[in-house]
Amino acid sequence: MPWPKETKFLGKETPRVEGPAKVSGRAKYTGDVAPAGVLYGAIFRSKWPAARVKSVNLAKARIAPGIKAAILARDGEFDVRYYGDEIAALAGTSKQAVLDALALIEVSAEPRAFVVKEVDALKTDAPTVVAGRANLTEGAAKETGDVEAAFAASAAVVETRVSTPIQVHHPMETHGHTVQWDGEELSAWSSTQGVFACRDSFAKSLNVAQNRVRVRCEHMGGGFGSKFTPGAEGVLCARLARAAGAPVKLMLTRFEEGLAVGNRPSSFQKLKLGADADGKLTAFEIYSFGTPGHTAGANTGGGSGGASFPAPYLYKPAATRVKQGSVAVNAGQSCAFRAPGHPVASVGMEAVLDDLAVKLGMDPVEIRVKNDPFDVRRREYAIGAEQFGWKQKYRKPGTMAGAVKTGVGCAGAAWMSGGKGTQAEIQVNADGTVEVRVGTQDLGTGSRTVVQVVAAEMLGLGLDRLTVRIGDSRLPPSGSSGGSQTTAAVSPAVFDACENVVAELKKLSGIEDPRGENWQAACAKIGNLPLQVRGKWREGLSTGGAGGVQFAEVEVDTETGFVKVKKLLVVQDCGLVVNKLTCESQINGGVIMGLGYALYEQRVMDARTGFVLNPTLENYKLPGAADMPEIEILLIDMPERGVIGVGEPCTVPTAAAIANAVANAIGVRVPDLPLTPDRVLAALGQVPKGTADTVRRPGAWVDGRASVAAAPVAPWVERNGGGQAYR
Amino acid sequence: MAGGVSRRIFLKSLGTSAVTAAALGADTVSQGLAQANAERAQGPGAVAVAFTVNGEKRTLMVEPRVTLLEALRGNLGLTGAKEACDRATCGACTVLLNDTPVYACSMLAIEAQGAAITTIEGLARDGKLTALQQAMVEQDGLQCGFCSPGMVMVLTALLRKNPHPTEAEVRRAIAGNLCRCGSYPRIVAATLAASGQKPVTQLNVISLHDHALA
Ligand code: FES
Ligand code: FES
Repeated sequence: MPWPKETKFLGKETPRVEGPAKVSGRAKYTGDVAPAGVLYGAIFRSKWPAARVKSVNLAKARIAPGIKAAILARDGEFDVRYYGDEIAALAGTSKQAVLDALALIEVSAEPRAFVVKEVDALKTDAPTVVAGRANLTEGAAKETGDVEAAFAASAAVVETRVSTPIQVHHPMETHGHTVQWDGEELSAWSSTQGVFACRDSFAKSLNVAQNRVRVRCEHMGGGFGSKFTPGAEGVLCARLARAAGAPVKLMLTRFEEGLAVGNRPSSFQKLKLGADADGKLTAFEIYSFGTPGHTAGANTGGGSGGASFPAPYLYKPAATRVKQGSVAVNAGQSCAFRAPGHPVASVGMEAVLDDLAVKLGMDPVEIRVKNDPFDVRRREYAIGAEQFGWKQKYRKPGTMAGAVKTGVGCAGAAWMSGGKGTQAEIQVNADGTVEVRVGTQDLGTGSRTVVQVVAAEMLGLGLDRLTVRIGDSRLPPSGSSGGSQTTAAVSPAVFDACENVVAELKKLSGIEDPRGENWQAACAKIGNLPLQVRGKWREGLSTGGAGGVQFAEVEVDTETGFVKVKKLLVVQDCGLVVNKLTCESQINGGVIMGLGYALYEQRVMDARTGFVLNPTLENYKLPGAADMPEIEILLIDMPERGVIGVGEPCTVPTAAAIANAVANAIGVRVPDLPLTPDRVLAALGQVPKGTADTVRRPGAWVDGRASVAAAPVAPWVERNGGGQAYR
Repeated sequence: MAGGVSRRIFLKSLGTSAVTAAALGADTVSQGLAQANAERAQGPGAVAVAFTVNGEKRTLMVEPRVTLLEALRGNLGLTGAKEACDRATCGACTVLLNDTPVYACSMLAIEAQGAAITTIEGLARDGKLTALQQAMVEQDGLQCGFCSPGMVMVLTALLRKNPHPTEAEVRRAIAGNLCRCGSYPRIVAATLAASGQKPVTQLNVISLHDHALA
């Protein structure tokens, strides 16, 4: 790698460039932008989980005091498929005027039968979410090797079932835009993970040329995968602005955030895993389904669109059978969510692997090291186990005396990361100051600071000589911030631009090495017009393929069912570390999000009304300061691999490690995430069966006595062929 | 607190936050009700409200149902305080009301009549960050930064009352503030650093090649 060995900034701790603006309230987010005469916009949403909308009457709303525009989300008759589906939108001079007018919108609709729970949606008599289409979409079973024979020959075989909830992104800044038209030119301030993708999406949806759309995102308050496009709210905002002839700001409310702008699909997994007497994995089988929302089957390749996920995830037993399905329900659609598919995959696979280790009498770390094909991760297990004190802490499951039991667990992660395609521009002024421009965006990951650090390092300049411009589709193109690819895409482009700057300056000034202390003298030769140089992403400076393992220590109160995470140890490889400070923050964030997934977070649907019962933050529980365990991070420095993003891998194994630690503490597996007290107690047999949490559990999953034929999942099970019934 | 509070608003305030009730100066509920009943109802049209914001006297005309947060952000252009939940769960909107941190989203502007309000914009004087703000930057007590104004306000109030808080006290102080980016460990570290204490989080970078176990 051509990165310098001795560094001043690279791999050190550089505070975020925009930190002072953010801690003093100066940083302008989308909702803070207020062009003169800006109107307040809001969306009128379906109160029916399913209905045929016959007509929408905006006449009264349109003439209400202060209302400047009233538009329909869709023309003619149409179906709404979830509580919160968009029907119309208004813009007015104040929030209060708009709220009053929303109440004047009249809709004539025929409510339809609906279904909001995954297992109910599988029943043969379930209402269909999309007319004329079965709720369940299944991929064909993918098989390698002779699965039956491999199980038969295994020394130990275990079956485990787990389920994972719908997790909602809930970035602190809700989705939204401020849009202003100037004739046919559209200017948008968007809370987005991709200013260019957003630009193109606006252009397409509104039938405007791409060169007439400008999208800006100076600061944004998190996205986690849910802000790649303008969304229905962005398009409605732009249409309102056009209709009103005035700029419109449309920021969603927290409530809408819980209904309509994405989530992580749920999963119900039944896994079977076999190994030989040495613990080498021999055979694997999984049947799973989950819901990606009201449109199932959009993507069955594992990833953001459907409810499928990689299996058997990190491991490579010779014989595998994988069959996955997605089931539609009348609820908001899923979208990419930090490491799509991976935390879901990790929770199931690492659970069945631990259960197998228990059966074999093996140590969980040992079985992983034996079966993990990635050498970096195997070494991370060794390093982590030592740091964590695994040998001293690990006990046979459930063997601890007393009501409060501690337990430990571990799990691994893989992420492809990588990243390319970015361009950068550097302008050098005669006074020696430098402006670096990249059309990327900073979601809170520190990408702006990455640009600054790389440029300062490569030009040998102090940070104070550099300004960084990002978050604007008029800057040199860069891709969306997703897939943990931003740092790996942006750093090489800045590196390349810096090299070109140095070459140009050398030519222009005749100074052999214009960097560092020669900089001022070289720049003095620039003349009246600044020097402007481009660079673009190139091979050999960044790469993909991050590993990572985590260890969890928990305390479970077997009388209350309460789980307290005491410690999380993260061992994460990230190639060449660009900025330790922001890298650590991002890992903290991923781990804490994983902790929420393990213990608190779930969207709860009400079967009777079809509503989301917890679209607000008092009922949808995010981890808070009181829930923080001790988090220790070991960054594995491998500069020879170049830059690798870590935003996603760090959130993957947390929940699995915590769930395994809980199983280790109490000696039984709590199969359903989040591991709420009632579920822990139910797993311990502390509450009568059937009284605990029937929110997501079908009888067939919970009660071993339920016969397959009578169980609600019977049709799904039967179609999967004999012998693989749900208990 | 100056008069002019309607019964409806008073009842609403009882339902929303104890802080608001306290701001009304009501010692008991019955006292407060008696006071509210004796007063003239306001609205629904705009009414005048006057308070001090960051040391400056401001007078506004707002509908009684306009929240303090809306008034600060919309009417006064002070967009530092953020709206993230609008219902007293996240703390992004926190401002100081007579030195006490309150959720500006859950208080009506007219309830702040006569109060001295400090927003995040009012902390840094002449562009110089406070010790806490500086520590938040240096210790990376933020990622997206959307929760930061609220965190800084509530922690500023903490440090004014308790200049050397323990880690547990810092955590308790931000119990009403949510950060989806998961910056809590660094926020705690920043607060301890700002009060001259050693931060507690640890980050080790180890070279895979040098590690004995690798
Ligand atoms: S916006 Fe006020 S507490 Fe969340
Ligand atoms: S830094 Fe993003 S919400 Fe706290």
